[in-house]
Amino acid sequence: MDLNFIQIILVVFVAFLAGMEGILDEWQFHQPIVACTLIGLVTGHLDLGVMLGGSLQMIAMGWANIGAAVAPDAALASVASAIILVEGGQGKAGIGTATGIAIPLAVAGLFLTMIVRTISTAIVHIMDAEAKKGNWRMINVWQWIAVCLQGLRIAIPAALLLAIPSSVVRSWLNMMPSWLNEGMTIGGAMVVAVGYAMVINLMASKEVWPFFAIGFALAAVKELTLIALGAIGVSLALIYLALEAKGGKGGTSSGNEGTGDPLGDIIDDY
Amino acid sequence: MADKKIELTKRDRFNVMWHSQFLQGSWNYERMQNGGFAYSMIPALRKLYPKKEDMIAALKRHLVFFNTHPYLASPVIGVTLALEEDKANGANVEDEAIQGVKVGMMGPLAGVGDPVFWYTVRPILGALGAGMAIQGNILGPILFFVLWNLIRLGFLWYTQEFGYKAGSAITSDMSGGMLQKVTRGASMLGMFILGALIERWVNIKFTPVVSQTPIQKGGYIEWDKLPSGAKGIQEALLQWNMGNGKQLTNTKVTTLQDNLDQLIPGLAGLLLTFLCMWLLKKKVSPIWIIIGIFVVGIVFHLWHIL
Repeated sequence: MDLNFIQIILVVFVAFLAGMEGILDEWQFHQPIVACTLIGLVTGHLDLGVMLGGSLQMIAMGWANIGAAVAPDAALASVASAIILVEGGQGKAGIGTATGIAIPLAVAGLFLTMIVRTISTAIVHIMDAEAKKGNWRMINVWQWIAVCLQGLRIAIPAALLLAIPSSVVRSWLNMMPSWLNEGMTIGGAMVVAVGYAMVINLMASKEVWPFFAIGFALAAVKELTLIALGAIGVSLALIYLALEAKGGKGGTSSGNEGTGDPLGDIIDDY
Repeated sequence: MADKKIELTKRDRFNVMWHSQFLQGSWNYERMQNGGFAYSMIPALRKLYPKKEDMIAALKRHLVFFNTHPYLASPVIGVTLALEEDKANGANVEDEAIQGVKVGMMGPLAGVGDPVFWYTVRPILGALGAGMAIQGNILGPILFFVLWNLIRLGFLWYTQEFGYKAGSAITSDMSGGMLQKVTRGASMLGMFILGALIERWVNIKFTPVVSQTPIQKGGYIEWDKLPSGAKGIQEALLQWNMGNGKQLTNTKVTTLQDNLDQLIPGLAGLLLTFLCMWLLKKKVSPIWIIIGIFVVGIVFHLWHIL
C-alpha cells in the first residue's frame, strides 16, 4: 500500500527516534518490539508491526553495546524490515521474509554507526575548543548535533526506502519462491539461539550452570508462565545468596572472575 | 570561604539526571562518553561556577576519557556533583581527586551494569513482551516499554541521589560485597531465565517420519459410523477428547520430533545454542553464524528435514 504524506513523515520520525536510541540505549525506541510496533501504528498496520517486533525481539535478545564494541544494529533492522513488510502487502505471510531481510540490514547499520562514531571524534574536538572559551552553550549544541547525526543514520535510509514505490517492493517480494520464504521462517526460529549463546558466554560460571539446568527443565511445563518462571528464578537466587551468607562454607565464591566455567572450558579445549 | 554557600537544589540534580540520558550521544572512538559526561554536568556547573575561568577549568575537567554502562554512570555523576559542590564552596578538592573518583568507579560499575541490565532485565522483559507480541497482542510492546522505563528512570534518579549524598565515601565500599552480590544474583536469575527461554523459543521441528503404525480398531474414530450433521461432530469431538481419546486416523504417524520430545523437549534448541557458544568462543562473528543458520534453515527445508 502507498503511504500518504503524513504517514511518511511519521515513519521517518520513528526512524529518527530509533536511530538516536540505538546509541543512547535509554528509552529503547530502537528495540524491535518498540520500533516495529510504532512503524505499524503510524502506517495503520499495528498488528503486523507488533508481530514482526515480537519475532525480531527474540533474535535481538543478546545484542548489546558493551564497552567499545557495537552490537548488530537493531534500529535499522527493525525500521527497514517493518517498512518492507508494510509496503510488501503480504500480510502475516511476509513476516518470515521480513525477519530474514532484517539480518543483513543489522550489519549495514553497524557500519553506519561506526561512521557516525568516527565523526563524533571530530565533534568532541570542537567541544574542547568551546570549553577553552567557557562556552557551555555550544557544548550543549554540539552534543545535540551528535545525537541528531545518530538519528539521521536511520532516518535517511528509511526515507530512501520509502522513496521506492511500493509496487516495486511488492514485485521483488513476489519474485521470491515460497521455499525461500518458508526456509527463512524456519531459520528465523533457530537464529534466536545466537543471541542466547552470546549472553551465556558472558555470564556463565560454575556457580550459575545449575540455575540454567533448572530453568530449562521447568520450561517444559507449559502451565508455567514466564512470570511464574521469573518468580521461581528470583526465589532460587535469593535462597542461594541467603544460605551462603548464613555461613555454610562461606568461602571464596568460585565464579567471580569468569573462570570456573566447566562447560566453557570444555568448549575452549575442544 | 564564600559567605553564601552555593547549593545544588533537587531541581538542579533532576536536570543533571535528565541530561545524563544523552550520555552516549557523542560516543566516539577517542574518549568515548566524554562529551556526554560534560553535557550531563553542565546544568550543575553553570550554577556552581559563575566565574568564567572556573567554568573553563570545570568543562575541561569533564571532557576527559570516560566510559561506563550508561545507567551506572548515575552514581558516578552523583558523587562528582557532591565533589564539585564542595570545590565550588571553597573546599580543597584537587582535580586529581575528582578524576580519581570517576575512573575508580567507572570500571567496576560497568561490570555490574552489563549483566544486570543487558543480560538479565532486558532479555526477561523483552521475552515477556515478545511472547505476547508474536501472538499479535499489543500489550506486549506496551508492557516492555513501560516497565523498562520505570525501572530505568527510577534507577537513574535514586542511584544519582545515593551517590550525591554518600559523596566520596561511596568509593570505599565499591569493592565491597554488596555490588558483587547483586551481580551474582542477577547472573543466577539470568541463567535460569535463559534456560527457560531456550526451551520455549528456539524452535526446531524435524519433520521426517520415523514410523507409521496401524492402530487397532477402537483406537481411532470410525468416521463412517458417526451420525450425520452436528450430532456427528459432537460425537467425534467427544471421542477425540482433545487428543487424549481416540486418534483421528487409523495410522499413528511418528515424526523424528515426537521421538525427541519424549526424550528431552527442546533438546535440539539446546544443542544448537551450545554449538553457537562454541563457535563464538572460536571467534566466529555472530553475523556469520546468523547467516549460516538461515542458509541451513533454507537448505534443510528443501531437503524436507525441517
